Amino acid sequence: MPAPQPPPALDAAAVDRLVAQAEAAFQAAATTAELRGAKSDHAGDQAPLSLANRAMRQVPPELRAAVGARLGAARAAVERAWSERDQVLAAAELAQRLAAERVDVTLPVSLAPVGAPHPVTALMDQLGDVFVAMGWEIAEGPEVEAEWMNFDALNLGPHHPARATSDTLFVAPPKNHLVLRTHTSPVQIRSLLTRPLPVYVVCPGTTYRADEFDATHVPVFHQIEGLAVDRGITLGHLKGTLDHLAQTMFGPVVTRLRPSYFPFTEPSAEVDLECFVCHGDSVGQPDRPCRTCASEGWIEWGGCGVVNPRVLKACGVDPDEYSGFAFGMGVERTLMFRNAAADMRDMVEGDVRFSRALIGGAR
Amino acid sequence: MRAPLSWLRQYADLPQDLTGRQLADALVRAGLEVETVERTGPELAGPVVVGRVLSAVDEPQRNGKTIKWCLVDVGPDHPPTVPVQTGQFGQTNGAPLGRGIVCGAPNVAPGQLVVVALPGAELAGGFKIAARKTYGHLSDGMICAADELGLGGDHSGILVLPPTDDAGRPLVPGQPAGPLLGTPDEVLDIAVTPDLGYCLSLRGLAREAAQAYGVAFHDPAARTTPAPRSDGWPVRLETAACPLFVALTVEGLDPTRTSPGWLTRRLQAVGLRPLGLAIDVTNYVMMEIGQPIHGYDGDRLTGAIVVRQARPGESLTTLDGQTRRLDPLDLVIADDTGAIGLAGVMGGQTTELGPDTVKVVIEAAYFDPVAVARTAKAHKLPSEASRRFERQVDPGAAYAAAHRVAELLVQLGGGRLSGRQTVAGGVPQPAPVTIAGDLPGRVLGHPTPPRRVESILTASGCAVTAAGDELTVRPPTWRPDLRDPYDLVEEVGRKIGFGEVRPALPRARAGRGRTPAQQARQRLNWALPAAGFVEVVSFPFVSAQSLDQLLIAADDDRRRLVGLANPLADTAPYLRTTLLPGLFAAVARNRSRGLDDLALYEQGAVFLGPAGPAPVPPVDRRPSADQLAAIDAALPRQPRHLACVVTGDWSGPGWSSPALAAGWTQAVGFAQLAARTVGLELARRADQRPPWHPGRCARLLAGESVVGWAGELHPTVVSAFGLPEGAAAAELDLDALIAALPGPGQLPGLSSFPVVKQDVALMVDAAVPQGEVVQALRQGGGDLLESLALFDVYSGPPVPPGQKSLAFALRFRAPDRTLTEDEAAQARDAAVQVAAERCGAVQRVA
Repeated sequence: MPAPQPPPALDAAAVDRLVAQAEAAFQAAATTAELRGAKSDHAGDQAPLSLANRAMRQVPPELRAAVGARLGAARAAVERAWSERDQVLAAAELAQRLAAERVDVTLPVSLAPVGAPHPVTALMDQLGDVFVAMGWEIAEGPEVEAEWMNFDALNLGPHHPARATSDTLFVAPPKNHLVLRTHTSPVQIRSLLTRPLPVYVVCPGTTYRADEFDATHVPVFHQIEGLAVDRGITLGHLKGTLDHLAQTMFGPVVTRLRPSYFPFTEPSAEVDLECFVCHGDSVGQPDRPCRTCASEGWIEWGGCGVVNPRVLKACGVDPDEYSGFAFGMGVERTLMFRNAAADMRDMVEGDVRFSRALIGGAR
Repeated sequence: MRAPLSWLRQYADLPQDLTGRQLADALVRAGLEVETVERTGPELAGPVVVGRVLSAVDEPQRNGKTIKWCLVDVGPDHPPTVPVQTGQFGQTNGAPLGRGIVCGAPNVAPGQLVVVALPGAELAGGFKIAARKTYGHLSDGMICAADELGLGGDHSGILVLPPTDDAGRPLVPGQPAGPLLGTPDEVLDIAVTPDLGYCLSLRGLAREAAQAYGVAFHDPAARTTPAPRSDGWPVRLETAACPLFVALTVEGLDPTRTSPGWLTRRLQAVGLRPLGLAIDVTNYVMMEIGQPIHGYDGDRLTGAIVVRQARPGESLTTLDGQTRRLDPLDLVIADDTGAIGLAGVMGGQTTELGPDTVKVVIEAAYFDPVAVARTAKAHKLPSEASRRFERQVDPGAAYAAAHRVAELLVQLGGGRLSGRQTVAGGVPQPAPVTIAGDLPGRVLGHPTPPRRVESILTASGCAVTAAGDELTVRPPTWRPDLRDPYDLVEEVGRKIGFGEVRPALPRARAGRGRTPAQQARQRLNWALPAAGFVEVVSFPFVSAQSLDQLLIAADDDRRRLVGLANPLADTAPYLRTTLLPGLFAAVARNRSRGLDDLALYEQGAVFLGPAGPAPVPPVDRRPSADQLAAIDAALPRQPRHLACVVTGDWSGPGWSSPALAAGWTQAVGFAQLAARTVGLELARRADQRPPWHPGRCARLLAGESVVGWAGELHPTVVSAFGLPEGAAAAELDLDALIAALPGPGQLPGLSSFPVVKQDVALMVDAAVPQGEVVQALRQGGGDLLESLALFDVYSGPPVPPGQKSLAFALRFRAPDRTLTEDEAAQARDAAVQVAAERCGAVQRVA
């Protein structure tokens, strides 16, 4: 009796042939779409290998294990061949698609037109941040201000030259004693009058002078002033605070105080900023001049001093118990040397190119 | 104040090798603002010689200038390059042959000895001289001004030499001029702060320099003022504004004497022009000691000198030839004829020193600084003298200064000092100041023992006595600025040097950060630029006409203008009540520069009258609550506004999309974005308000309060301001917007049940605002209506004429269950029902 035989469709040669046919068809497919057709032909429900599987019933029981294993291996081989080819074709097609989908990323794009805050506002905010971080608060006040707040309380007596119409803009009629504030110092006065002691405030804002309007002067400008009134405040605290401000804004630089005169401070000083560009290296070196400090090593920044006790008295603060310091800088002037602005007039003419020049504001 | 180093050295034993720059640094540390350090002294090469002007003929030019065609004798060794034709200078026939030189200076005159740079010479700054044709002549050299020779800043005329050199030898035409012009020097130019009036003199500056270097100081005014006496010229002081008046008399002056070279050179070095011996001497002493001196021609004075207030109706012709009406507040010097001078400001013509003066009455006085400042300002007569009196001169030096003038007039002018003198009044003494010995150290934050305080103040000229912890300090007469303990703190600080004080950070009280309003404004400055708007800053000055151009009615709040008494420009004498004119001006400026597509915004105060009178309480104590309230009540209202203007294209035309014109939607969008950035949703109502288009203007509401308007601008306004057609704008009261901000807000629980979407199309009368339909739908839809959005506006068939169709996408969701289609449909019908009742809406069925 001959050994039992599987049906012809399931013999080894036939199965190998089917596998080879499937592999050849997959290789012949040039696209994933063709490959999908080939897969359906060679691994789908009606594929010869699937039909062969149904013939298992005719396999004698003693051979089933071996034939089943052969068929399983064959199906796995077909599946593997498909998968390998599919990966190759899919990768090629993806590559082709990506190549075809290339765009010119340098084309102009925009969600919105190019907007910008004004550099003066942005810088004023930044200066304020330095003090908010130290626990100071930001104080504000009216721009049309009483003379008492703007002058008298600050120890500028009735005959002080700053009160002349050549310097100060008066609200009509002058006998009403109202002016456009000439500095933000009246906000310091208001702070002392209304806030509980100790007081640590900065006062940014718009200020007015009957000044020329040219490349270096503008009659409407901005200031940021600071005031600290506490027990035991010293000139050393003023220096430390200005150094901190300078370093936050300009990197590792220090400030220098030159004795000067202001009615509202005593002692008074001009504050110079060590040049943050050349750090003084350009002084006496005509071959490498510094534009930022005009090769002087220092930049005039503002005025400062110990609060005059007369000012404290006018605000009802006991100068025997409290002392204070105050300082003030021009924001436009700071912008001029910090960001190399060439002409003050550009700051108030509203040309959009000026505001847009510092994308996102002053840095 | 200009200070030659050589002159300072005369009174301060400064180190020999000290440079002007080093001294400048030391003075800056002491609080003197040294603006420049200049090298001076003759800078010449080649033939620069003494010349005598033989003739000077005026030749008016077509350009309005008059030049002088001069014949100048420069001696036989320097024959002219081109022989000058006889007769070319009318009156010079037979005169010695000279050179023809064109000179532009008005003060050149025949007989003068001048400095002539001959062809081949080189002057200050490498200026080479050659014979050259100019104004129709061959100018054979140049007559020099002081600055051309490197001798200070005076370029008002040519330098006129004295007849002799310093040794008294007569000058001869042709001799080299270099040796007559002094030696190289350095000049410090110092901006003196108003508190340091004594530094408006070489004496004061030398004292500071000596103290800075710890070296000896030799006071040029070390002469004690004697007790009052009146044997000299009679003087009467009738006002407290003049507590001291010294009068000395010098007689027998030789009016032909001129100022020697050393004197004129020093005057030139400090920037003054020599004007004749007697005046030069008074100017010299003013610079040296700081005391302004006035000289009267003794033969033209009539009776006693009186210092008094001017009389009503009195007038005076001052030295400059102007007749001035005097005010009773003016302080005058008078004699029997009436006013003869404005005290401390300017003398009068009648008693002026002249070329024939042989008797000089020297005045050295102390005048009240406020009175002098008032008079100098009222008569627009700022002078070297008034500048010093305003900053207080040293009354203790008046007598010494008068003597110094007399000495020089005797020595240089051949006069005799009369033994009879007048000292009226006395030297006012500064009041003593008591100070805790440790106060300077405590205020400076620098260890400064009372002993050190004492020694510094003593070196500054104060008399200091210590009693326990207290120092009693009597300031010297030249330091009227030392009035308070803190003035002494500053003096000590200045002398120690602020650079010695160690920096320290104070520990601020715990802060609360920016206020909600400040945070909101800061966020706006991020959000609005991110959305495409550019911030501008404009001047807040406007004209009343600009309000007419905005079509603003007479009774509108924006007519409550606050005016300026002294506006920068008469064309804009008011403060803005709206930000729009400033933005419109910025649009015009940008457009004039070719920038047409604009989205500008501004944040700033507007000023709404009326403004009232503000009290001026005393400053020796805190004002009362009533006074403070009265101050605040006097101020105009100054709300902060936020406004924008958009023109041209909002975007494009681009490569991927067509242009989108900017218009009312961007202006409204701006307001909406601003409100959302602050934390609010705005409601809108159609409104009519200038300067907006009456059919395209939205009133903006935050809750019940009106916070602004937005829309397209009125075509009349657009053309009045030269704006591009279709320009749109928004203006918000930012303070009101922020004030409308509700509390912190609530975060709802979120339903995770599915949403049911329902679309409805409603036909309404074309005039019904979409916003009202939305409100009705919201109310009718109730809590289940999560959101709704308009997705179409349509008119035209089949929608009947005069109507429009609004299509909305509604989203329904329940918090606690899955909503059925039926429930959603019911809620939708309820919404439509309310819209029908309120707005006459009819649902369109597809």
